[in-house]
Amino acid sequence: MTGEALIVLENVNKWFGPLHVLQDVDLSVARGEVVVVIGPSGSGKSTLCRAINRLEPINSGTIIFDGQPLPAEGRALARLRSEVGMVFQSFNLFAHKTILQNVMLGPIKVRKEKAAVVRDRAMSLLERVGIANQADKYPAQLSGGQQQRVAIARALAMQPKALLFDEPTSALDPEMVGEVLDVMTSLAKEGMTMVVVTHEMGFARHAADRVVFMADGQLVEQAAPEEFFANPRSDRAKDFLSKILTH
Amino acid sequence: MSVLVDKFDVFAGGFWLTLQICVLAAIGALILGAVVAVLRISPVPPLRALGTAYVTIFRNMPLTVVMFFAAFALPALGSNADFLRIPVLDVVFTRLSTDLPYFRFALIALVLYTAAFVCEALRSGVNAVSPGQAEAARSLGLTFGQNLRYVVLPQSWKASIVPLGSVIIAMIKNSALIGFFGVVGDLSATADQLTGAEGYAFIPVAIGISIGYLIMTVPLGALLDRIEQRQAVAAR
Repeated sequence: MTGEALIVLENVNKWFGPLHVLQDVDLSVARGEVVVVIGPSGSGKSTLCRAINRLEPINSGTIIFDGQPLPAEGRALARLRSEVGMVFQSFNLFAHKTILQNVMLGPIKVRKEKAAVVRDRAMSLLERVGIANQADKYPAQLSGGQQQRVAIARALAMQPKALLFDEPTSALDPEMVGEVLDVMTSLAKEGMTMVVVTHEMGFARHAADRVVFMADGQLVEQAAPEEFFANPRSDRAKDFLSKILTH
Repeated sequence: MSVLVDKFDVFAGGFWLTLQICVLAAIGALILGAVVAVLRISPVPPLRALGTAYVTIFRNMPLTVVMFFAAFALPALGSNADFLRIPVLDVVFTRLSTDLPYFRFALIALVLYTAAFVCEALRSGVNAVSPGQAEAARSLGLTFGQNLRYVVLPQSWKASIVPLGSVIIAMIKNSALIGFFGVVGDLSATADQLTGAEGYAFIPVAIGISIGYLIMTVPLGALLDRIEQRQAVAAR
C-alpha cells in the first residue's frame, strides 16, 4: 500500500485511571488500506479503534484524519465522525427505529439529504448486505448477524472515507460470523479504508493488507498477514499465536 | 359528617383551586425540569455544573423554606411575580391575575422545587437507554441535540414516565402547604376555615379534604400502573 495516509496516530497515550491503556502508539493507515488489529483481551485494541473517531478521548499525542487533527467535542467533531463509519461489537442499532429508518437517519439528519435519494441508497445498501426484505422490521426482530449487516449498511449510508470495526463478530453465534465477514471482505476488496479489531484470524489472513499486533497498550509489531502469521518476530506475538492457532 | 354535604361548595372550591395550582405547577415543573435535565447531561462542563447546582439546591431544601423565599424574597426584590399574569392562561386560572400575589408566589415555589425531581426522573430514563445507542448516534455525526431528539429521548420517556408520575403525585400532596403561605381557599386551607371560623369538628373535615386529594392522586397512580403493565408486556 503506497497511498497517502488517511489516518495517522502519533505518540498517542491514554489512561483509564492508573491503567495505561495506550502507550506511545504510532500508527498510520493509508487510503484504501485494510488494517487488522489483533491481540489479547485488554491490550487496548478497542480503545485504539474508538480513539480514532474520539469516542474515547486520548490524554496526549495527536490523531490526524484526512489531514486534519481531531477537533474537540462539538460540531466540527460531529462532521468528522460523519466521515468515519463505525461498527460496534453490540451492533447498537436504534431500537425504536425500523431497519430502513436506521440506515436513513444519518444521511437525512446529518447530511440533510433528500429522503427519496437516501431511501434509494439505503435500499440498495440493504440489498447489498442481503437484508432488503427486512427493511420494515425492528432490530430486535432480526438475528445478530442480520443486525450487524444492517449496522454496516448504516455506516456505509454516510459514504464514509473509512470504516472502523470494533470486534464486529465477537457477539455473534458462530454460524453468523461468516455472513458478516463476507460483507467485510467484499468491502475490503473494493478498496474501502478499514481498521478492524477482531479475533477472526481467517479474516486477518485473507482480507488484511497489514496486521497490527497489540499487547499491554503497546503496538508490538506490524507486518503483512502472510509474514506475521508465518514468522512473528516478537515473543509476545509468538505466544499469542501459539495459544489461538493450536486448536 | 353533615359538614361534607352542608359545606360541599367550600370543599369543591378548595378542590378547584388546588387542582388549578397543581396543573400549572406540573406544566411549569415539567418544562423547567426538562431544561435542567438537558443541562445536567450536556457535554459542556459549565452547563452541567449549573444543572447539578440547581438540583442540589432545590432537591435538598424543604419546600416550606422555598415557599418562604418565594413569599418574602420576591417582594423584597420588588417583584410581585407579575410575569405570571400570562394572557389567555389567566382567564382560565383567574388567580394568576389577582392583585394578591400569593398564588403566584406559591406556584413559583412549587415549580422550582418540583423541577429538581422532574429533572432526576427524566435523567433516570436517559440513563436507562443503553450507552451504545448514543454512541452509535455520535459515530454517525449526530450533534448532541440531534442525538437527544432522534435517538435518546424517544427511547427514554418510557423509563421516565413512572418516576415522573410519582413526582407529580408528590407535588399534588406538597401543594397542601400553600394554604399556610397566604393562598386563601385551597383544599388544605378549607380545614382552617371550617374548623376555626365555623366551628365544625376536625375529623369529618379532614376526611373531606382527604377525599379531595385522593380524587386527584389515585387516578394518576392507577394510570401509571396501567402504563407500567403495558410496558412490561412490550418489553417481552
